[in-house]
Parts: sequence; structure tokens; C-alpha cells
Amino acid sequence: MSDQAVSLPPATIGREALGPRGPKPRHTFSRRNIFLYGTLIVVALYYLLPLYVMVVTSLKGMPEIRLGNIFSPPLEITFEPWVKAWSQACTGLNCDGLSRGFWNSVRITVPSVILSIAIASVNGYALANWRFKGADTFFVILIVGAFIPYQVMIYPIVIILREIGLYGSLSGLVIVHSIFGMPILTLLFRNYFSSMPEELFRAARVDGAGFWGIYLRIMLPMSLPIFVVAVILQVTGIWNDFLFGVVYTRPDTYPMTVQLNNIVNSVQGVKEYNVNMAATILTGLVPLIVYFISGKLFVRGIAAGAVKG
Amino acid sequence: MMTAIANPSVSIQDLSLNFGAISVLETLNLDVAEGEFIVLLGPSGCGKSTLLNCIAGLLDISDGRIFIKGKNVTWEEPKDRGIGMVFQSYALYPQMTVERNLSFGLRVAGLAKDEIAKRIARAAEILQIEPLLQRKPAALSGGQRQRVAIGRALVRDVDVFLFDEPLSNLDAKLRSELRVEIKLLHRKLENTMIYVTHDQIEAMTLADRIAVMKGGVIQQLDAPQTIYNRPVNRFVAGFLGSPAMNFLEGRLEKDKGDWYFAVEDVRIPLATYTFEKEPTPGPAVFGIRPEHVAFNSGAGWPFTATTSVEVVEPMGSDTLVWLKLGGQNFTVRVTSERTPNNADTVSIGFDPMRASLFDAKTGNRL
Repeated sequence: MSDQAVSLPPATIGREALGPRGPKPRHTFSRRNIFLYGTLIVVALYYLLPLYVMVVTSLKGMPEIRLGNIFSPPLEITFEPWVKAWSQACTGLNCDGLSRGFWNSVRITVPSVILSIAIASVNGYALANWRFKGADTFFVILIVGAFIPYQVMIYPIVIILREIGLYGSLSGLVIVHSIFGMPILTLLFRNYFSSMPEELFRAARVDGAGFWGIYLRIMLPMSLPIFVVAVILQVTGIWNDFLFGVVYTRPDTYPMTVQLNNIVNSVQGVKEYNVNMAATILTGLVPLIVYFISGKLFVRGIAAGAVKG
Repeated sequence: MMTAIANPSVSIQDLSLNFGAISVLETLNLDVAEGEFIVLLGPSGCGKSTLLNCIAGLLDISDGRIFIKGKNVTWEEPKDRGIGMVFQSYALYPQMTVERNLSFGLRVAGLAKDEIAKRIARAAEILQIEPLLQRKPAALSGGQRQRVAIGRALVRDVDVFLFDEPLSNLDAKLRSELRVEIKLLHRKLENTMIYVTHDQIEAMTLADRIAVMKGGVIQQLDAPQTIYNRPVNRFVAGFLGSPAMNFLEGRLEKDKGDWYFAVEDVRIPLATYTFEKEPTPGPAVFGIRPEHVAFNSGAGWPFTATTSVEVVEPMGSDTLVWLKLGGQNFTVRVTSERTPNNADTVSIGFDPMRASLFDAKTGNRL
């Protein structure tokens, strides 16, 4: 009998034969990981490549672009196209670049976002908490509105705006944006408010708060995530809008998207690809920045608003 | 059944509530005396919380009147009814500190700052939540939250307190602690309190009177002991008491001028039982609580029987013994020292004075 056999009790020897124990080992280069990360990398490249080409092209001079190596990094970095896109590019008679369109877009987006969210949040609150007569019917009508294609309503709205004397003005476009944001935003807010505990609302009523008191002092402070979602949806939607912008404004009040189109699609003279790329990136910058700043809150809010129907 | 109360603190007259075609409350009448602690007790869906919400003014009623302190408040807003309410989920405003939670109603009402401070100080002292005033609800335990919720009703300085299952979200130990605190609070404040619960122990311990509800109708409104000892129908008898009352289904028979309850070969003499009115022979249900049955204690009882033990359920302080009597299940509560073994032959005895007899069809007390 050796020392080894004495020191190991019989039970331990038996257990050795029972096989695996503890956490299961994971391999970095398992088949699963290769598929998972491989797919992710391919998809990421697919989406990032055009952006890369845009950034690279916008930093090149025209002679370099004519060489045709669209994937190669710029030999000589120049910011001239960016400056030109912002302040010198011509659309029609104006040659002050995208800056005019940028400020027009700001003047359209800011009031539209504030107005539409203010109204829609009150709508959603009223529908969720104050179950007035006909609330369900009203809600159904509102939701149906979200499924009707915008194009159907363009001409009637032109006539309405003309009749009330707002056609071609920025305030006309602000009203149009606010109305078209209403169905989806109301749905969002209604769902968020109905997910809040009913007893909270009742307690506030016993405490004597009225319609506005409960909304402003109880509901609003609790609904930051859903407001962030609404702001993102509206800022990107309204900033990126082209159709309403081109239909309901005049050339001197065109939003940035319409101006961008006019710069890029102009048929006169040489196509300045670098200026076009710079102009496009400039136009897309605002929604991008909004996403980056509020990414986490956005996801949280979407989840909160989407769960309960 | 309804005794008139001279100056009721809360008076509900012919209250009805329908949701569309569904009738939740039907011509309900209830008078609550000044300073009385009334418990609305019933299974879920019996309309007890609905009734409380109607009193609070949080639900619009279909018919009837509600008086609080002699004032008709049927069409008044909740804040004008002179009520404070405590909710099951506490319903504290999460973004406000405890102090701001307590003062919210007072600030809405536009009270002077020093008056608000005075009332908060008083409520905080009574409920012993002074150290918590600057915390947010998320930083409080369940028991502390419920105390703050009670405080929110307290600062409103109202005549009537409404509790909507305030202890249901707490664990068993905290529940019994807060139960005592609510009872002490009631003794200190002497307010009228209406308390909704499905927990019979809360109802028995807290109430001056219990209103047992079923299907939107008050089945019995009486002192806890009366409801326990003389339930008006089979539902009330079965709902109160744990372990539940024994029910034997058999016949009521008359033999030489004496009434008997007969089930198979068992004949229970009813000489000591007080009938509500002169009975007629026919099918009936005999009910007796497991703790009112004597176990292996000799022959001195009006009714005795010998039977064998089927199952024994030890519960710590005492043991529940399952037997067969007249071929039906029958339980007896026994102190744990006297726990028998399975299949033991035992003798039981009881006095039908403590029993309840119900009509087999209507379930009403005979």
C-alpha cells in the first residue's frame, strides 16, 4: 500500500470518475464566437464603409478625387469643401451655402418639437388617466391617423394653409409637423402614463391636485425617459423631413434638407463631390449628435413606453 | 339587522354602482358611527375596495347618496370630502422627499408655511418618522413607506380615514407590528376609520364592527365576536376562522318534541341550540368550529362520539386532527401536547350551543 492511496479517502477516488465539475470552460475561438463576431464585423463594415468614403472624399481636393481612388485616404487634407458647403455653395440665386438652410431648419425644428411634445404629452396623460367618455374612440381615430400615408393629405393641407394665410411661412410648416407627429407621440405618452401605478394618480386626487396639478407636479417629473424618446423621434423626424419642407415653404425659407438636395442635384457646372459629401455630413450631423448624447436614455424610454399597450 | 346610529360619521344610502351591465354594488346601506373602526372584509372581487373608492370619491356612483359628517358629498371631489386615504401600494410620489410627500396636499390647498410645518412635525412625531423626512421613498423600507403613507392621510387633519388593504404588501412580521400601530393610532386619534382587507385576522383584531361582503352585498355587519360566534349564513361562517368551520350536511328532524340533527347514523341533539325562528324538518347544514370540539375529555357533553384519526396536521402551537363524523370530514383543534397518532381511536364531544345551523338551500342561519 503506497502513501498516496492512504492519503486519499475512498470517496474522493470515486468522485474523480464522475466527470465534469464547476464552470463549463469557454473557448475564445469557438464556432459560436466566430459566427457571432464575424457577422457583427461584416454588418458593421457594410454600414460604416459609405460613411468612411464620405468623410474621406469631403477632405480631398477635386484633382485628387478625379484620380478615382475613392477608398484611399486623402493625400492632402483640406477643409475647403466644408467651408464652401457651409457658406458659399449656390442654390438658385442665393450663394450663402447651407448656413441659411441650417438656421431655417432650427427655426422649424425647435418650435415643432416643443409644440408637438407639449400637446401630445397632455393628450396621452388625459387618455391614460382621465377616462373621459369617448376616450377609446378618440384614441382609435388618432391611431388610424398614423397609418394614412402623408401624401394623401398634402394638397388638402396646402389649401387649408392658404385659406388661413400661413402657406409658405415657417409657422405653417411648424403646425403641419406638430399635427403629423401627434398620433405616434400620443400613443407613446399614453402607454407610458398607463404603465404608472393607478394608485399614485388616486393619491394625488385625494390630496386635492387637479388635472394640471397632477400632470405638472406628479406625472412630468416621473417621465423624463419618455420625453427624451419623444424629443429624439421628433428632432430626427422633423430635421430629416424633405417632403413637407419642399411643399410648404418658399426658397428663402427652405429647410436644410431641401437646400442640400438643391446643391447636390444642381445640373450646372462641375459636380463638386467633396462639397456634396461635406454638405451631406453637415446636414446629418444634428440627428447624429442627438443620438450620441441620449443613447442610453433613448433605449430605456423606448422599452418603458413600448411594453404596455 | 341595521341598527340606526344617531349621528353617523359616514352614512351610505342605497349606493349602487354598475360598470356597464355588471353590477358591482347593489343598493348598499351602511352607517358608521363617530370614531368607529369599521372593517370591510371579503374575498377579492366582493366590491369592498370599490365601496371604499366610492366613499373617497374616486369612482362615480350609479345611484344613492353618501354623507360624511352629515354633509351630502355624493357629488364632491375627493379633496372636499374630509377624507384621508392610505393605499396598498403606498402610492408615494417617488420624486419627492418624505417631507414633500406629506406636505403635497397641504401645498396644493395653499396652506401657510408655518401651519404646514406644524402639521408635518405632529404627524412625524406620532408615526416616528422624523429621521426619514429628507429621504426619498426609494430609500425607505416597506414598513417605513406605509408609515409615510399613513402620515400623508394624517396631515390632512380629516375626520375619516380610509385604508385600502394597507398591510397586504408587507411581510407577516411587519404586518402584525403595523397592525398594532394602526390600532394604537386609532385609540390616540379617535377618528372614524374604514379599513378594507381580505385578511380575517386584521379584521378580527382591529374592528369595532366588521362588514363581511360578498358579491357587492354586505352579508353581516356586527362586532367581531358576534360574527365569529353567530354567523348569519354559511358564507360568513366559512369565510371567518382558520382552520375553517366544520360543515356536516344532513337533516333536521323532530323526535318526541326534541330537535335532532341527523347525518347517517349520527344524531346530534339540539336541545341547547338557540334557533332564530321555529324550524321545520328537512335538509340542513350543521357547522361547528374545530376549537369548539372537546377531544378525549370524557362524557360530560351533550353530544359525544367515538371515531378514528385520519390525518394529523401539527401547526406548532396546536394540532389539527382530521376525523370522519357521519362519513364526512371533521376537524378538531388539539393542543400540541395531546397530539394523537394516525388511526388512534378517539372520543370527541361538543355542546351544540356553540354550533351554527344553516338552511341547506339558502345557506341562512336557522
